[in-house]
Amino acid sequence: MRAEFWITQTFNGLSYGALLFLLASGLSLIFGVMRIVNLAHGSYFLLGGYIGLSVIWRTGSFPLALLGGAAAVALIGIGMERLFLRRLANQTLGQVLMTIGFALIFQDLALLIWGGDPYSLPLPAALSGVLTVGELRFPRYRLFILALAALIGAALWLALDRTRVGAMIRAAVDDAEMAQGVGIRVPTVSMGVFALGAFLAALGGVIGGGFLGVYPSLDFEILPYAFVVVIVGGLGSLPGAMVGSVLVGLLDNFGKALFPELAYFTLFAPMALILALRPTGLFGRT
Amino acid sequence: MTRITTRILALVLLAVFVVPLSAPPPTTAQGAPIKIGFLAPMSGAFAQVGKDMLNGTELYLDEIGRQAAGRKIELIVEDDEGTPAAALTKSRKLVEQDKVHLLTGGQLANVGYALQPFIDGNGIPATYPVIAADDITQRKPAKWIVRTGWSTSQPMHPFAEWTIKNTKYRKVAAVAMDYAFGYETIGGFQHVFEEQGGQIVQKIWVPLNTNDFAPFVAQIRRDADAVLVLFTGRLALQFVKQYQEAGLQGKLPILSGGTTTDESVLPQMGDEALGVISALHYSQALDLPANQKFSKAFEAKAGKISSYYSEATYTNMRWIVEAIKAVSGKVEDRAGLLAALRKVDIKDTARGPISIDAYGNPIQNIYVRKVERVGGRLQNTVIATIPNVSQFWTYKPEDYLKRPLYTRDYPPCKHCQ
Amino acid sequence: MIPRRVLAGLGAAALAGLVAPALSAYPLTLLTQAAIIAILAMSLDVLLGYTGLPSLGHAAYFGIAAYAVGILTTEYQCAFLTCLVSGVALAALTAAVFGLLAIRASGTYFLMITLALGMVVWGLAFRWVSMTKGDNGIAGVPRPELGLPWSLSAPLPFFYFALAAAVAAWAVLGLLVRSPFGMGLQGIRESESRMRALGYNVWLHKYLAFVIAGAFAGFAGVFWAYYNGFVSPADVQLVTSVETLLMVALGGPGTLAGPALGATIIVFLKNFVSVYTKRWLLILGAVYIGVILFAPRGVLGALRRRST
Repeated sequence: MRAEFWITQTFNGLSYGALLFLLASGLSLIFGVMRIVNLAHGSYFLLGGYIGLSVIWRTGSFPLALLGGAAAVALIGIGMERLFLRRLANQTLGQVLMTIGFALIFQDLALLIWGGDPYSLPLPAALSGVLTVGELRFPRYRLFILALAALIGAALWLALDRTRVGAMIRAAVDDAEMAQGVGIRVPTVSMGVFALGAFLAALGGVIGGGFLGVYPSLDFEILPYAFVVVIVGGLGSLPGAMVGSVLVGLLDNFGKALFPELAYFTLFAPMALILALRPTGLFGRT
Repeated sequence: MTRITTRILALVLLAVFVVPLSAPPPTTAQGAPIKIGFLAPMSGAFAQVGKDMLNGTELYLDEIGRQAAGRKIELIVEDDEGTPAAALTKSRKLVEQDKVHLLTGGQLANVGYALQPFIDGNGIPATYPVIAADDITQRKPAKWIVRTGWSTSQPMHPFAEWTIKNTKYRKVAAVAMDYAFGYETIGGFQHVFEEQGGQIVQKIWVPLNTNDFAPFVAQIRRDADAVLVLFTGRLALQFVKQYQEAGLQGKLPILSGGTTTDESVLPQMGDEALGVISALHYSQALDLPANQKFSKAFEAKAGKISSYYSEATYTNMRWIVEAIKAVSGKVEDRAGLLAALRKVDIKDTARGPISIDAYGNPIQNIYVRKVERVGGRLQNTVIATIPNVSQFWTYKPEDYLKRPLYTRDYPPCKHCQ
Repeated sequence: MIPRRVLAGLGAAALAGLVAPALSAYPLTLLTQAAIIAILAMSLDVLLGYTGLPSLGHAAYFGIAAYAVGILTTEYQCAFLTCLVSGVALAALTAAVFGLLAIRASGTYFLMITLALGMVVWGLAFRWVSMTKGDNGIAGVPRPELGLPWSLSAPLPFFYFALAAAVAAWAVLGLLVRSPFGMGLQGIRESESRMRALGYNVWLHKYLAFVIAGAFAGFAGVFWAYYNGFVSPADVQLVTSVETLLMVALGGPGTLAGPALGATIIVFLKNFVSVYTKRWLLILGAVYIGVILFAPRGVLGALRRRST
């Protein structure tokens, strides 16, 4: 019985962490290149979920919902960066504050367009149901989330590590001025990374829609989770986002299962610990 | 910043300050409209509930041509934003500036408690159609508030007895939202259930901002006969789904507080909701002529099926209008209007007959419902009706009130490990 | 020679004081709210505007003091002064503890950590039901008895009470930000490394700013509890912290009077706009973005630049 508990909880924690990775990796990357915390990141997650819902209602296609939701929000991200954030280049505080304004607008727009009822993303049959291995039950959808996040994580890593674009991004993250100096178009890289971050967050939102649901106030409810992951993992670091999300997913899950009385605080224990030991997170840069 | 922008900014600022300060003079002459102040969350997380509440209210008002006892009825709607502070501010506006004759609405328990001193202090008749916090009509009843909805534990007492009499479930694990609404639901059930030989063997409280229920579902004792749950809104949607994913649907039957399968979330659920048994003072599938009429009209108006929120405000409006008619439209006599509100007794509302008890809470039918798929859509089929249920169940009020309010730790979980 | 801004500030307060008796109940209630929230906004300005530390968890100290008042008045029937001192002390103590954790970080990390700490307080407000009554909130907080000839239960006397508190807070904070300590904070905002090189104890400056800001947020929270007669977890929710941040940015960070103005604008805007449209959040967000783009030093900053 005990073994079943540990295995199930580890699996649950990992799959939840996988979802958090999609959300937090974008946040971390955006910070890495632009040095701003995008407080509308939760809104991207939310909008991704809602747009994915609309797509699947209209077309019935889950892959289309994934792509549609993510792409649409990536476009919104580009718009936000190009038309608004860029005007405040180098005023990081102003940019951060502006993202709050956008978060409010997105929240209200979502309420206006989709109403206030909570929804669950309808899942394709292939991803519903449960995989039973002896006494253990693994919901197929959670397996899918794990697999997809792992795939995306690997793809991101390879892209950053092996491709030219990846090198440019890494250069911009390391030292934007030098990168500009050697001819890398940092503003274009910034815009691209911002779009990628939005894409990832929205993808997380569509996927989350089948698991957490889509509802008003999801944006500000999920944001602290993203924050804790990047605080633990360190801003601007992809490995940090990976390790951070796994840690947070596991600690939160086990914390709630083993210490239900502290359920409200299990999210912040890892954060407090990291802050006490390494204020810039496990892999972070200032 | 350019000159023009400065000027525009200055004008905007001026408007923002001046317009609310220059309020129009109130009219109090007879023959002037009856003003009813309506408070509900119209923005934020609970905006949909507010919308349902408003639709229910307006449906009834439109049916009677927005007039009663020869006077026009004017509904003034204000957004309480789902917080007590905003509810208080808007109430002040409604009562002191708009000079409403009656205040109604509110959704959250803390809003209900926060408004009590204000309502009593101002001596304004008020009704709560949705706020169900037990204590509002129990240990600290307000003089000027009449509840036209329900109290949280009201359906759970008869539900517990029904469970003992109609099922073999004697060991029940409880999983509920970690706030007063959850405590009072589970507490009410536990009180009667354990008195009649049942046992609550576990209590799991789920924080309100949970999105992954897996750690909580994993803790549920598999040796229980059934699980008693209480969730609302998106939490209900997700919990039932994740419960199914954990393989418990069918193996461990769900009993629940009525809001878990309320029609505000039921259409968004799938087969995972089938078989859930719940108790509430309403179901959209209730086979009463008044309900069928209301239900059809509501769907036509709002484009969605009627939830308990919408029926609550619909019947609430009818209640208010009956009281207005009883005082022949003389709503300026506040004490008279309040007395009339406390005497309303309607036999054919959409949820059945209602009258009111001495503490200001309705005495009404409680329906035990089961989720079934009928005609292609999910509904709460009524499988039992328990008539004439008051908030005190079969206890004498004085005895009932000697016990503490149901809280996280009361009744104590004697059979928990 | 009294500086112009002092005259302007006193003038605004005097104007409010003179106009108040002529106002009907609702605008008066909004003005009272604005006065209390102005204190909260000014306290955040010390942190954000003067020291350059953006906190997204400031409502925590506001709420803790409000809860202190709520619990002390309803359970122990405490007098005003006891409640005031306890509330502010508790808020300052919390800031002292949280500050140790938060000041370790800078910039972006600071923002996120303060958000997380704010959520911890929110969780406590919900979870510690025996103390805080959970989401039901604490009702029945009576207005203070000060032995004055006018009862503070009436709206007009309470307004003057709140206005006096706001002016007092503004005066004290004004002295603080113009003191050598305050100058040090502004230097840190401009360049931490430079200040360190000049021999300032940067950590201590930031920490003290954090605690002072928390204390004054608590001061506001005390009056908020008395004003509403009610305390609930809504007072410590994230939205409250975010709105306070908006008020500071809108009014003009680093000016004290700016955030007070910003608070007043937002209180009136929220209540005014929401009467006419359900989309007030959207309008608020748009106004906010507009101000950041076209008046980055806030309303006050823009007005000041015009006059130079």
